[in-house]
Amino acid sequence: MTLSVSLTHRLGQFDLDVSFEAPAGLTVLFGQSGSGKTTVINAVAGLLKAQAGRIALDDWVLEDSAQRLWLPPHRRKLGYIFQESRLFPHFTVRQNLRYASWFARRDGPGESLSRVVEMLGIGHLLDRRPALLSGGEKQRVAIGRALLAAPRLILADEPLAALDEARKAEIMPYFERLRDEVAVPILYVSHSPAEVVRLATTVVALQNGRVARVGSPAEVFGDPTIAPAGVRGIGAVLEARVVARHADGLSELAAGAARLFLAGVDLAPGKPLRVRIAAHDVMLSLQRPEGVSALNILSGHVEAVRLGDGPAAIISVQTSAGRLLSHVTQRSVAALGLKPGVACHAIIKTLAIASRGGNGTATTQFQAMT
Amino acid sequence: MEWLGPEEWQAVALSLRVSFWATLAGLPLGVFVAYALARWSFPGKQILNGIVHLPLILPPVVTGYLLLLTFGTRGPVGSLLQEIGIVFAFRWTGAALAAGVMSFPLMVRAIRLSIEAVDPKLEQAAATLGASRMWVFVSITLPLILPGIIAGAILAFAKAMGEFGATITFVSNIPGETQTLPTAIYAFLQVPGGEGSAMRLVLVSVVVAMSALFLSEILARRIARRVAGI
Repeated sequence: MTLSVSLTHRLGQFDLDVSFEAPAGLTVLFGQSGSGKTTVINAVAGLLKAQAGRIALDDWVLEDSAQRLWLPPHRRKLGYIFQESRLFPHFTVRQNLRYASWFARRDGPGESLSRVVEMLGIGHLLDRRPALLSGGEKQRVAIGRALLAAPRLILADEPLAALDEARKAEIMPYFERLRDEVAVPILYVSHSPAEVVRLATTVVALQNGRVARVGSPAEVFGDPTIAPAGVRGIGAVLEARVVARHADGLSELAAGAARLFLAGVDLAPGKPLRVRIAAHDVMLSLQRPEGVSALNILSGHVEAVRLGDGPAAIISVQTSAGRLLSHVTQRSVAALGLKPGVACHAIIKTLAIASRGGNGTATTQFQAMT
Repeated sequence: MEWLGPEEWQAVALSLRVSFWATLAGLPLGVFVAYALARWSFPGKQILNGIVHLPLILPPVVTGYLLLLTFGTRGPVGSLLQEIGIVFAFRWTGAALAAGVMSFPLMVRAIRLSIEAVDPKLEQAAATLGASRMWVFVSITLPLILPGIIAGAILAFAKAMGEFGATITFVSNIPGETQTLPTAIYAFLQVPGGEGSAMRLVLVSVVVAMSALFLSEILARRIARRVAGI
């Protein structure tokens, strides 16, 4: 199933004009606050009536301003997971879950309560009221409630933003399971690169109410011409595979034609994983660096130079492992004479495991590789 | 109730009946108006708000006289209703109408406050799960505002028990038909030797008012706890 969205909406100074498709899997609407992410997801949910546009799931039309067609939210067959969970305070957890399946009953048998309860590990919470749950528990119940609505489309609006790091790590695997085990498309709003890189199959980067780029995480985050989360969020994403585990605890990864070394990878050889290299963790050198502690040094050539508004510049470097981004100063760009085609070496200070293929039990880890 | 004379007891019973029906009949309209004022925006909203609050500000005699003009047997609404057999003028039903109108603003205020305290995000969440507007109201909004509805109803009941000016203007002071507690106290005070009866009715008034207050406090607190899920 594919969700196609095309919307225009004007609200005061804010002007939204977007068009994109979300295929099966998890599509992240990514951008800074004010980029229009929440407006888009609420329009898809029918909680906000866009001035013009068309939203359809395959050939099932949810709204089409040309046909004056607009389905109210309760007829859109959604499962919406909100940032603040929005559990009904006067119901127990079990009643919250049943509420969803009760309205979904005419669509035939959906997920069974017991399966959802087991998948989310909320069996011991069933008789409690939401007020007595922790933030992470509330969000797991909210996921369950959305699933039990027998949705044709799952929406999630920054579902992890209100949680601390430990709770985020607790909830993320459930979204990985949703992505891998549930057949319906998931539209997920986020401004966190770490979440996007780990969860997304498709990224729709929004900037000032426009779609800046649609693609895989590697394509969107490796594109130096857009800075979807500002300069700090920029970084390359590489698809890699474990090649070998060495006696000193380091794992050897193959990324493109290059080899990377990383500690703390507890995966067997052959397993795929996704690594993220933030632009501010990559240094550039014209000569092959000697006598530095960094293990991961890749040679390549400058592909593009993008000067920012301030003293910063983003250099994209094509290496044998794929495209890397480096965050340097404009002074260094001038001093080294960096321009497209110049050969250089990228010194990677830190690699992060963004997600592990296969099982959904990974936690994000950061390993300094010096 | 040995210590109440038949005439006194009649006034107490009538007052309870009048206030009960005034409150019960006013509740559905009260919830509707409170919801409209709290959640909808429509032209003339401020005018509706003004009309609802008018009985609170106008001298009760004026309200009673306006009721007489409108719902009297020769009034525009009263004559119409008379044809289908509903008469307000000089009947206990008229006393209930007067009490209902006078207590309506208090009821609406309490309910409106409780509706405004319900997070519309919860109602949105229910809608995304497949609940129509009617279902959202019945399953989410109504249970969450129940404390406000009960508080509003009890407040309105207590106000109806004490209503004097509009009642006596609209339906007069007929023992057994329209003589409620306050108008009976007034009548007893007009005749020599009536102070004893008046005193007993004053005592009943105080007891009813205080019990209503305590009851509403207890109920509201209990339901608020249940709704908050603690």
